[in-house]
Order: sequence, then C-alpha cells, then structure tokens
Amino acid sequence: MTSYLDLQHIDMTFATPKGDFNALRDVNLAVRQGEFIALIGHSGCGKSTVLNVVAGLLDATSGVALLKNREISGPGPNRAVVFQNHSLLPWLTVYENVKLAVDKVMADKPKAERRDWVMHNLKLVHMEHAADKRPGEISGGMKQRVGIARALAMRPDVLLMDEPFGALDALTRAHLQDSVMEIQAELDNTVLMITHDVDEAVLLSDRIVMMTNGPSATIGEILAVDLPRPRDRLKLAGDPHYHHLRGRVLEFLYQKHQKTAA
Amino acid sequence: MSAQILPLNAVPADTPDADGSEATILKLPETEAGPAPATPAVAPRPVPLLQDRVRREKTAAILKSILLPLLTFAVILAAWIYIHDHVAHGFPTPGQTWDHAKDVLAHPFYDNGPNDMGIGWQLLYSLGRVGAGFGLAALVGIPLGFMMGMSDGVRMAFTPLIQILKPVSPLAWLPIGLMLFKAVDPSAIFVIFITCIWPMIINTAAGVKAIPQDYMNVAAVLKLGKLELVRRVLFPATLPYVVTGMRLSLGIAWMVIVAAEMLTGGVGIGFWVWDEWNNLNVSSIIIAIGVIGGVGIVLDLLMGFVQQRLDYSKH
Repeated sequence: MTSYLDLQHIDMTFATPKGDFNALRDVNLAVRQGEFIALIGHSGCGKSTVLNVVAGLLDATSGVALLKNREISGPGPNRAVVFQNHSLLPWLTVYENVKLAVDKVMADKPKAERRDWVMHNLKLVHMEHAADKRPGEISGGMKQRVGIARALAMRPDVLLMDEPFGALDALTRAHLQDSVMEIQAELDNTVLMITHDVDEAVLLSDRIVMMTNGPSATIGEILAVDLPRPRDRLKLAGDPHYHHLRGRVLEFLYQKHQKTAA
Repeated sequence: MSAQILPLNAVPADTPDADGSEATILKLPETEAGPAPATPAVAPRPVPLLQDRVRREKTAAILKSILLPLLTFAVILAAWIYIHDHVAHGFPTPGQTWDHAKDVLAHPFYDNGPNDMGIGWQLLYSLGRVGAGFGLAALVGIPLGFMMGMSDGVRMAFTPLIQILKPVSPLAWLPIGLMLFKAVDPSAIFVIFITCIWPMIINTAAGVKAIPQDYMNVAAVLKLGKLELVRRVLFPATLPYVVTGMRLSLGIAWMVIVAAEMLTGGVGIGFWVWDEWNNLNVSSIIIAIGVIGGVGIVLDLLMGFVQQRLDYSKH
C-alpha cells in the first residue's frame, strides 16, 4: 500500500437533543506523502469533521483513519493543526507560543537547539521580528503566520489547516497563500487543508476533494490539479487550464450540489 | 518599506500598523494616485486650532471633575452642620472633628496597653485578620474553583452547598468560630475566610468554564499532561477571573471585619469604633469612617492594579 494517510469508510454520527445526526457517511480518501489536499464544500458539509477525525479531536463512529499504517486515536503533535482563528495563547509571546510546541516535541533536545528551532520556524513565516510581541499586538495575518509556525515546528507527519485564511482580508490572504506555497516547496509536507475558496484550492493543492452537502455528507468528486509548480497567481490568471479546473470545482459546488437556500 | 519615497504631504499610515507590509500595500494606490494639490497650504492651519479646542475641553473636564465632587462634599458639610444645630446637639461640629482628627492621626502608633492603642495599630490588626482570612480562602477557594470548573462531578457536588451558604451574612458564622476556636482572633479570621471564599470559588469556576475551546484543542494537539494543562493553559487563562473574585472578596472582607470586630472586641478598627461609641466619642467614629473608606480605596486600587497587569487582552 502506497498511501500515507488513509481514511477508510469513515462514518460520523453525533448525538443531539433532537436525535442522532449523521454528519459523514462512508468517507474514503487515500493521501500520498507530500501531497497537498484541499477539502472543499459548502458550509455544514462536514469538512471540519473530517479534519477533526484526522486530528484525533473527534472519534469516528465507524471506520478507521490510518496514518503511516497506524490507526489514529486521540490528538497528537504529529498531526499539527492550524486553527481558523489562530488560537494563539494570548498571555504568551509569539516566541513562547511556538516554544510551547517545540518544548513538547523536542523535550529531549538541548535548550539552544530548541531555541534555534523556534526561531527557524518563525523565520519560515517571516515573523522573527515579532518574536517578543504578544498576539494582541500583531495583526490577524501575522497571528495566522505564527499559528502556521507553531504547527510546522511540531514537524508533523500531516499538517492540518482548518480554513486557515478564512478570517483574513483578500490581500493578506494572498500573502499567506504565497508563503504557504513557498514553505511547501521547501518542506514538502503532507497537508490537508479545508477551504471554501475555489481559487485557493486550485492555487495551492495537488488534489481537490469536493464534498457533497450534509447531512450524511461524503466525498463527491476528487479533482487532480495538474498545474506545474511553482505556481504564480498572476500567470495562472491567464492560464486556460487553471480556469478549466476552477470551472470544474465551481460546477460541482453550484450545479451538482447547490446548497438549498436557507 | 517604500514609505520614504512618498511625497511629504502623503501620510502613508497615520498609526504604525502592526503588519507594516500589508498596510503599505493597502495605502499605496491611494497616496500615489490621488495627490491633493491644495492640502500642503491648508493642512497646517486647522491643526493648532484643533489642539486648542482639545486643550480647552480637557481643562473644562478636569475642572468639572474637581468642582462637582467638592460641591457634593459641601452639601454634606452643610447637612452635618444643620444636624448639629437643629437635630442632635451631641453631634460634633466639623471643626471639632477636624481638631480631633489631627490629634488621632498625629500619633497613629502609640501603645498604652491592649485597651489603648493608636489608630494605626487598630488598622494593622484589622488588616492582618483580613489578610489571613483572605489568604486562607484563596488557598482553599481557588483550587476548589478549578476543580469545579474542570469536573462536572465536583461542580454538581458543591453547587447546592455554595448556593445555600453564599447569601448568608458571614457574621452568622461568628458564634461557630467562637465555639470551634475558643478565641476571638481565629474566629474573626474564620469569618473573613467564609466571606472571601464564595466569590473566589464562583469566579474561578466561571473562569475555567469560560476558557475557549480553541485553547483546549491546542492543549489536546500538544498532548499537554493534566498538570501542564493547568499550569500552561488553565491557570493563565483563568487568572483574570480569579483576580476579579479576589478583588470582590477583599472589598466585602474589609466591610465585614469592622462588624466582626465590634462583636469580638480586642484590638482592631471595628472594636475601636465600638469602644469610642461607648466613650461617646462620636468624632472618633466619623474619623474612623473616613479612614476605613480610605483604606478600602487603597485595597481596591491595589487589586485593580494587579488585575490590570494580568489582563492579557490589554497588553
């Protein structure tokens, strides 16, 4: 078996006061090492549930999630999460936030090495200048950069990103997307990213996993994004193949699985 | 940064944005595409005018904040004199009280045996009892509050008891203290302990409950152990709530100690008030009211300062 991360027949049912709610039904996905996967779908389609199962924050009702042929149970730093709203601890500085993670995963390493590793990861996201600032003192885009640095610093097997740029303005988002592509070119991480931004999905990912609407959501289609890397958003803007791929995703979202008006 | 090459009148960003790079990009089109030719000539003039107006408004505000309270005090003083003249002739005049206050406050730390000590000693004894009761309550109440916040079982076990005991005046516990400890000092401390513990428990538990799920998710992903979770996440996240509880309880404790000492006797500001009443020294009581109020303000300011230091959202 060549897959690195393997979701097999994942079913997720939540017990609610109004009875059981079946969020996911038979989700199957095999991810290769170093692959960048974008999960896209309308809100409420269970994208986050899939991510949380891989993160170990939720236990699937049935089915298994395998990482490197081992069953995932419970959260752990080998599946680092970049949360939508950065989730930095506000009483710690930028440096200390990343260090909290580094101390956890490199507990056996000497102090100096841990320090260097923190700074190395802050440099990756261009945030070394703000190491001594607190999250309250930096902008939303910068917080999200630090959130990414914290996740990268865990040297995860899989990097999970839950709508990492959803709360940012368009210009900041573009900056961060470029940074993520840069980092991805350098580190070749395996990434699972949730998004509801079609352009973001096409720009960043190797494959786009499109989910049907919930309840009982599942994977509708998977689209391979065979655009050569490195990708340049300006050049892609005039690339017919880019538009074709983008059109395929839009077609899925707005024709085949249009969300009924709420 | 390309801010240096902009024309002088084009302010790139009036406040230094935290994320400089983004701010610059956002402002560039505006400053380059829309240069307003008239602005350099006109711009400097309105600025001093505005400053003048701001200064005048500020002065007026300061004057108001001094004059209005003075007016209130003047009304109180007039009422005081009226009471002396027409209602209770035993009541000291403001002048007599002032003279007595100078006397009392000039020698706060004289000591003529346990029944005759300066007001400074009386205050210190009271503060000592409040400090002891407050400290013990923190030692018990904060950990208990944490446990109640973290475990539904503990919360369910204690909530009814706390609900019943919280509205009871702490002074009702004084006889129980006297019976248990057979001495006045520990009984007074016990009463303060009871006073302080409820706000501390309730606020700490509420603080733990209010911790965003995001922080807990971060802790879960990092696989923090129970102790690490408390030390690195729960405690700092809850600290502002804990200090709020401490500030509340200290304020109430300072009120309760006066009443408790009136009942227990010995040395202490509450006892002093009662003793002076027995000597019909009403001016001493008025002085005590002022001094107790002053100490209360200082205690609250101290806690307020600690609270502000720990409020990470304002850093």
